[in-house]
Amino acid sequence: MPIVASMDAIVLHGVTKRYPDVTAVDGLDLEVPEGICLGLLGPNGAGKSTTMRLLTAQSLADEGEIRVMGLRLPQQSKQARALMGVVPQLDNLDEELTARENLEVFAHLYRVPRQERRAAVDRALALAQLTDRAATRTVNLSGGMRRRLLIARGLVHQPRLVLLDEPTVGLDPQVRQELWSLIVRLREEGVTTLMSTHYIEEAERLADDCALMSHGRIVARGSPEELVKEHAGAEVAEHYASQERQAEIAALAAEAGVPTRRTGPSISLLKSEQLPRSLEEALGPPNVRRPATLEDVFVVLTGEAVE
Amino acid sequence: MMEFAPVRAVWRRELALYRRYWASTSFAAMTEPTIYLLAFGYGFGSVVGALYGYDYKDFVATGVVATAVLFIGAFGGMFNTFIRRTFQHTYDAMLAAPVDVRELVTAEASWLAVKAGVYGCAPMLVGVAFGLEPSWGMLLVPFIGFLTGLVFALFGVWVSAIVPSINTFDYVITGALTPMFMVAGTFFPVTQLPAWVAAAAQVNPLYHCVELVRGAVFGRLGLDDLGHLGVLSACAVLMWALAVWKMRARLID
Ligand SMILES: Nc1ncnc2c1ncn2[C@@H]1O[C@H](COP(=O)(O)OP(=O)(O)OP(=O)(O)O)[C@@H](O)[C@H]1O
Ligand SMILES: [Mg+2]
Repeated sequence: MPIVASMDAIVLHGVTKRYPDVTAVDGLDLEVPEGICLGLLGPNGAGKSTTMRLLTAQSLADEGEIRVMGLRLPQQSKQARALMGVVPQLDNLDEELTARENLEVFAHLYRVPRQERRAAVDRALALAQLTDRAATRTVNLSGGMRRRLLIARGLVHQPRLVLLDEPTVGLDPQVRQELWSLIVRLREEGVTTLMSTHYIEEAERLADDCALMSHGRIVARGSPEELVKEHAGAEVAEHYASQERQAEIAALAAEAGVPTRRTGPSISLLKSEQLPRSLEEALGPPNVRRPATLEDVFVVLTGEAVE
Repeated sequence: MMEFAPVRAVWRRELALYRRYWASTSFAAMTEPTIYLLAFGYGFGSVVGALYGYDYKDFVATGVVATAVLFIGAFGGMFNTFIRRTFQHTYDAMLAAPVDVRELVTAEASWLAVKAGVYGCAPMLVGVAFGLEPSWGMLLVPFIGFLTGLVFALFGVWVSAIVPSINTFDYVITGALTPMFMVAGTFFPVTQLPAWVAAAAQVNPLYHCVELVRGAVFGRLGLDDLGHLGVLSACAVLMWALAVWKMRARLID
């Protein structure tokens, strides 16, 4: 069968991955068009990292079809991996090696041609802002520096597709900003990015498109604005109330088909601009009115309880 | 398809590590055989004198080549591989790049085998310093060390992928490596042992290594050495298949 030139950098169709205790990915359908940054949002255990591992064929699907840059996985996974840069959730840098050596090894692994290797490593060091720490052993770098190095390692061969698994976890706000600009730069260069994250703000700022993942499947997909509009409406009404009263409000809202979420001491009614008159009267005026956010969508769609 | 580029890339990492640790590696490689030679060659040798026409310390100097190869190959294969896989997640990082498990295993084992081939010569060179007569056949010893080192490195990689924890290596060392080390003809000929033990030595790769090394160094290689070579090669192929199989099961889920 000839490989059809596709506009999708990543295609997953009905992909299922079972572990003995849990089905980590459960009939997942996901397409990532070339050149966009897709934010993969989901609570702990939703299957984000497993999805990433499926894309590098470090995990083999039990069912379904996976294509990366038009290549069929797992048969053509090696070619696919050559085109990808991967930044894993867990730091797996070589602690015994220096920053430069870490990058050199991966420049070799990614088969950067000999003449270009030195320049590629220097560029990656600059990207990680570690040029003056090139000779420092990784074990002696700070957490933020390591994270930057980890990201630069996945970019040393200037891939057209980058998988970022929670790239900014545990970083201070300044370093996070820097990484955001880096990701923005990647997109400007036309690189496709699949980025998982817990930080809603990160997705709102960086992602062209968001996919909300829960229990191994995508439960919503769209641009952040579209998702907010569709699932949380324009405005949210917050009512500060006791736990019992919150439960009552939740029941009333559920009856009227209005989505709610707990927000600590208050309960939030989404799509409050569409609230039925009767409900509005029963509840009285809210304590706070605020614009709906992607976080509201995230919590409502992926469930509040952490399993 | 198995490719060379990824193998070389993994070697590149080993080289970076070696550049950092070569001094301690080399010190250990030279000192250990010297101790064996002094202890056994001189201590024992003064009692034994000659054995089958060899000066006893020459007998030990050639035999200890196999011991060095065993330690470098098997310990490197077991401990390095286990630590890199489970604690450092080095292999997880590498397998996200265009590298296959078999290329990874081949690279790790062959690097150790080269080390075993090179450092395996140390006891022989120490032996020369103590009076072992140099011969052209000695030039074959690194290659014998390489092949045997490959067998034990792959054995180590295989074991590292089946043990539940690093402590389990104790069983392997005591239950497998030590007996192999004892019945290989290193310090005394296997013919001195009860018949069933001597028979068991025939399936001990280390015994075949010792025979080949002595054959090469003492210039008496013959047709039976093709048999030794055949056994070692067969072991290497078998161990490669086992190591790749189990490592793949551990690294790809
Ligand atoms: N190798 C494995 N063996 C068994 N279960 C696994 C394995 N890897 C993942 N799982 C399980 O699969 C589920 C999904 O895990 P995954 O790491 O993909 O989640 P995630 O969305 O990345 O979560 P987080 O946000 O916490 O990183 C979890 O229940 C996890 O325990
Ligand atoms: Mg994860």
